[in-house]
Amino acid sequence: MTAREQGIVAEALVREYRGGIRAVDGIDLRVAEGEIYGFLGPNGAGKSTTVHMLTTLLPPSSGTARVGGFDIVREGPRVRAAIGAALQEAALDPLLTGREHLRLQAALHGLSRADRRSRGEALLERVGLTLAADRKVRTYSGGMKRRLDLALALVHAPRLLFLDEPTTGLDPQSRSALWQEVGRLAKEEGVTVFLTTQYLEEADVLADRVGIIDHGRIVAEGTPSGLKAEIGRPSVEAVPANPDERHRLTQLLERFGEPAQGSPNGVAVRLETGTESLVEIVRALDAEGLDVSHLQLHAPSLDDVFLAKTGRSLEGAAEEPSAEPARA
Amino acid sequence: MTGTFWMQVAQLARRSIVRTIRQPAHVFPPLIFPLGLLAVNAGGLAPATKLPGFPTDSFLAFALAVPFIQGALFATMNAGTDLARDIQTGFLNRLALTPLRGGALVAGLLSGVVVMGVVQAGVYLTVGLLAGSGLASGVGGALVLLGLSALVALGFGAVGALLALRTGSGESVQGLFPLLFVFLFVSSMNLPRNLIEIDWFRFAATANPVSYLIEGIRSLVITGWDGQALALAFGVGTALAAVALAGSAVALRGRMTRT
Repeated sequence: MTAREQGIVAEALVREYRGGIRAVDGIDLRVAEGEIYGFLGPNGAGKSTTVHMLTTLLPPSSGTARVGGFDIVREGPRVRAAIGAALQEAALDPLLTGREHLRLQAALHGLSRADRRSRGEALLERVGLTLAADRKVRTYSGGMKRRLDLALALVHAPRLLFLDEPTTGLDPQSRSALWQEVGRLAKEEGVTVFLTTQYLEEADVLADRVGIIDHGRIVAEGTPSGLKAEIGRPSVEAVPANPDERHRLTQLLERFGEPAQGSPNGVAVRLETGTESLVEIVRALDAEGLDVSHLQLHAPSLDDVFLAKTGRSLEGAAEEPSAEPARA
Repeated sequence: MTGTFWMQVAQLARRSIVRTIRQPAHVFPPLIFPLGLLAVNAGGLAPATKLPGFPTDSFLAFALAVPFIQGALFATMNAGTDLARDIQTGFLNRLALTPLRGGALVAGLLSGVVVMGVVQAGVYLTVGLLAGSGLASGVGGALVLLGLSALVALGFGAVGALLALRTGSGESVQGLFPLLFVFLFVSSMNLPRNLIEIDWFRFAATANPVSYLIEGIRSLVITGWDGQALALAFGVGTALAAVALAGSAVALRGRMTRT
C-alpha cells in the first residue's frame, strides 16, 4: 500500500438529498499520509457533508472513497478504527468532567483500564486541561471544549484526523494554540489531517494543500502559495513622502513591474517577479534617496483565489444561507 | 455477546446514572411528585374504601402502586430527553465513531434508567411502609415488586428512547410526556375496575395496559400472591419493553447511519 493510499482518496463522491439537492457533487480528493489538507469554503458549500461521508457517518449517494486504505462503505468499522474526528460544534456532555469524557471514549475504543488512565492523563496534559480535568464541561470555555474535543479524537492514537471547523468561535489565542497542536501532530507524529474551515488565514497558515469547495464542487486545489501564484502576481504600492517626487517614484517602481491600480496619493506596480522584489525595491529607494511615507506589499490571498474561481468573495459567500439540508 | 459489549453497556449505564444524579430535576421530581400525589389521594380519597367490594380498608395501601408507575413515566421523559440531547448536540455521532454497538447504546441508557427506577421503587416502598401501608406478600413480595418496577422502568424507558430516536428532539419528547400521563389517569389508579360505574371509563381502563401494571403491584401490597395479576403485570411489562425495544432498535438504525 502506498503512502497516498494510506491517506484519503475520494473519487466522484456525491451526496444527494431528497429533492435532488446535491450537497456534494462529484468530489475527487487525494490526501497523502502525514499531510494537512485544508478544505476551504463558505457555509453550505458541502464541507461537513464531505467529512460525514469520509468518517462513515453518512453513506455517499455515489462515488467511492478510501480512508487509511479502507473503503468507507464496505469497511466502515476499520475506517472508524483508523480515524479520529472532532466534528462541528464540540459534541460534549456538559454534565461530565473532562476526565470522565476521556475515560468513556477510551473504554468505548476498547483500551484497557491501565491504558485508559495513562492515555487520558497524557492527553489532558498535552491539551493543557490537567487542572480542569475534574471540572464539569459546562464550566469550560469555548477554547477548552475544543481542546478536549481534540483530545477525545486522539484517544485511540488514530492515523488520520478529521477536524470540522475546529476553531470557529474561538478567540485568537485559543485558535493559535490549536493550530500549533495540529501542526505538531502532523509534523511529529505523521498524522494525516483533513481540516475544514471557512477561515482563509487558517487554511493559509496550517494546510500543506488546500481544496476550495463551492456548491459541492472543488473549484481549486493546490498549495496555498501555488493557488495564489496561479491567479496573479503580488503588487507593491508606495506613497512618496514629498508629493513632488511622485514622478521619480513612478519611474523607479516601473523598473520592477507594470503599473497597477493604487490609492490616489500612491504609486502601484504589479511585480514581474515574486515578493522577493520587495527587498530590491527598498534598496533602490535607498540608493536614489527617495523617501516614502508608506510602502505596502499586496500579496494575493486565498480570497482572491476564491473570487477568481467563483466570481464571489469567500467572506460574502459565507453569509449565504446553507445549502446543506438537515439530516432526516 | 462478548465482554466488550457488556463493558460498553456498563460504561454507558454509568454515564446515564452519573448524568441523572447530577441533574436534581431528574432526581427529586420523580420522588417528590408521586409521593405528594400519594399523600393527597390517601387523605382525600380514603372514603372510597367504604364502597362495597373495595379490596382494602387502607387507601394508602391501595394507592401505593401509583407512584411506581408515575416514577417510571418520569424515567420515560428523562431517558428520552437525555438521548434526544445526545442527538441534537452531536454526542451520538461521537459515540457512533467508536466501535460502540447500537444495542449497547440503548442497553446502557436503559440500564441507567432501570437502576434509577429500582432506587425510586425502594424509596416509594419504604415511605409507604413507614406511612403505615402493609405489604401482604412479605419480603419476597418486596423483591418481586422491585423486579416488576425494573421491568416497568425498562419498558417506559424504551418508549422514551424510541420517542427520542424518532423525533431527535428533547422538546418533542417533553411535549409527548403529558399524553403518557393520560394512560395513568385513565386506568384503575383510583378505583378497582369493577367499581368504576361510568361505562366508557371502565372500558378504557380495561383496555389500558397501565391498569394491569398497577394491579400487579397493588396485588403484592394488598392481596399477597395473586398469580393472575402478577402474570398480567409481567406480561404487559414484557410486551411493552419488547415492542418499545424493537422500535428503538429500528429507529436507532435510521439515526446511526454509519456504514
